[in-house]
Amino acid sequence: MSDLTVRAPAEMSAPAADRPQRGALATLLRTPSFLVGAAILLFWGVCAAFAPSFVPYDPYADDLLNTLSPPSAEHWFGTDQIGRDVFSRVLTGARDILTIAPLATLVGTVAGTAIGLVTGYFGGWIDAIVGRLLEVMLSLPLIIVALLVLVALGPSTPTVVVVVGLVFAPLVARTVRAAVLSERHLDYVAAATVRGEGAFTIMVTEILPNILPPIIVEATVRLGYAIFTIASLSFLGFGVQPPSPDWGLSIAENYGVLVGGFWWTVVFDTIATASLVVAVNLVAESLQRALSE
Amino acid sequence: MPHALGRFFAKRLGLSLLTLWLLSVVVFLGTQVLPGDPARAILGPLADPRAVAALNEQLGADRPPVEIYLSWVGGLLTGDMGQSYAYRSPVAPFIGAALVNSLKLAGMVFLIVVPLGIGAGVLAALHAGRPLDRAISVAGLSLTVIPEFVSSIALILVFAVLLRWLPLSATWPTGAGPLVQMQHLLLPALPLVIVLFGYIARMTRAGTVEALSADYTRTAVLKGLPWRTVLSRHVLRNALLPTITVIAAQMGYALGGLVVVESLFRYQGIGSLVLGAARAKDFAMLQAGILVIGGFFVVTTLAADLATAMLDPRLRTGGRR
Repeated sequence: MSDLTVRAPAEMSAPAADRPQRGALATLLRTPSFLVGAAILLFWGVCAAFAPSFVPYDPYADDLLNTLSPPSAEHWFGTDQIGRDVFSRVLTGARDILTIAPLATLVGTVAGTAIGLVTGYFGGWIDAIVGRLLEVMLSLPLIIVALLVLVALGPSTPTVVVVVGLVFAPLVARTVRAAVLSERHLDYVAAATVRGEGAFTIMVTEILPNILPPIIVEATVRLGYAIFTIASLSFLGFGVQPPSPDWGLSIAENYGVLVGGFWWTVVFDTIATASLVVAVNLVAESLQRALSE
Repeated sequence: MPHALGRFFAKRLGLSLLTLWLLSVVVFLGTQVLPGDPARAILGPLADPRAVAALNEQLGADRPPVEIYLSWVGGLLTGDMGQSYAYRSPVAPFIGAALVNSLKLAGMVFLIVVPLGIGAGVLAALHAGRPLDRAISVAGLSLTVIPEFVSSIALILVFAVLLRWLPLSATWPTGAGPLVQMQHLLLPALPLVIVLFGYIARMTRAGTVEALSADYTRTAVLKGLPWRTVLSRHVLRNALLPTITVIAAQMGYALGGLVVVESLFRYQGIGSLVLGAARAKDFAMLQAGILVIGGFFVVTTLAADLATAMLDPRLRTGGRR
């Protein structure tokens, strides 16, 4: 009997956490900026998964007799410095960034959520020490921290995923910690404590489901910045490595010939990168609005 | 009252020093402990073990890590940043010259983005909820996520290649006056303006909307002050407080963005110096460059906190908001 009355607040809070999410979906499907962003994302997602099977040329095949040729009927986006078909490369170029960026976001969100839950739930000296360490991480420009570690460990896809993920973790942790702080003193947490549930169980099964909306929003925002950061790292030579058709890498390889008027070698990669980051951002912003309503 | 302000300053200063110290540990771990063996990292996996051992001895990397750290920090405190492996000369003069160049570029960025961002933010707030507000917000949010190298390519193509309005190179001829220097810095500054504009506009808009609906604004309007006076004396003075902190935080970000922009426009700043050091595995230069960037960020954040405290009577008297 007493067990039932104590459990009640936890059960009651569950539908309250669910409702905004279900209403949010309906709101999202009526938001033009969400639909535009999602359509662009879907396009690049399909390219990332299937482009090699439908592009007209092998994105890696050079053609040294046909270098830097302008856009034409055979080569819609022209060819690059070693005669590779730019159209085929731009479409297949979505693959690396759309693999690495979501994985890095996943690493950052999971690590950041864990840190945020622990610091927010326990508070005290753990919170003080971890908080200070995170602030130091945040006091350096992200790209510089990523550079520092990538130089030390050498650039490879798993390293980029882990480094960018860990660089983002403090930002996620900050958001999660704030959300935990506003939940920690609610009745359902007290009820679980009285029931004798352990700290870990309370954090994962009680608090976490209730703070999912801000975590989802944070993850989408981070995905946008992960694409930004990884594309920049690839451009600098510390991300995706040649001969990948990755956009940042292609721009780095070809921007030297821009002054010569060979604009087609970089412009399409530029448009592709910009469209992807703006699309993710539109989705993130619409999600944020929908979930906060 | 000044007592509370003094304590606030002392606390902030203490936290900044602590952050600086932790920063030095992080940088040290990243450049000395993580690579395991600096000489092996420099010479590559195929190098002769004897050459590696000799280079480690020359770099002083064969000592225990704590000893290396202490001598590095001791050197920093006396102005000795160590020896560059790539240039075979002291690091400090390179850092100094590069920092001056970077500050010129960052100054150019802020000269453009601060009035533009604040102006757009106030404009959006005055039209809150209407299409102009939505347009400024969406444009700001979308521009913020465009990587600098992407917008740089577009800007180079339009302004340097097609229209030929602006010089492509960021480096001006020797002995050029301030105006010519600014002309050369305009194109490299714009990609960072594009990234930073959204943040500043958004913060200004939020602050202005809040101030517009505040009681003191209503009182000022009701007592018959001209709208222009209400806006400048009551609304903006309160609205711009949080914006100062954001601008300072963006200074730190700008220095990170400089890595991309400076290397793209071949400008000799702290960003391209750090990138060059990273590519050459010149650890002494990398350590010093990153520490200077982090230290610069700590100093600007501290300055912003102090400026906010001086301007905000609630913080000045020790009251919490």
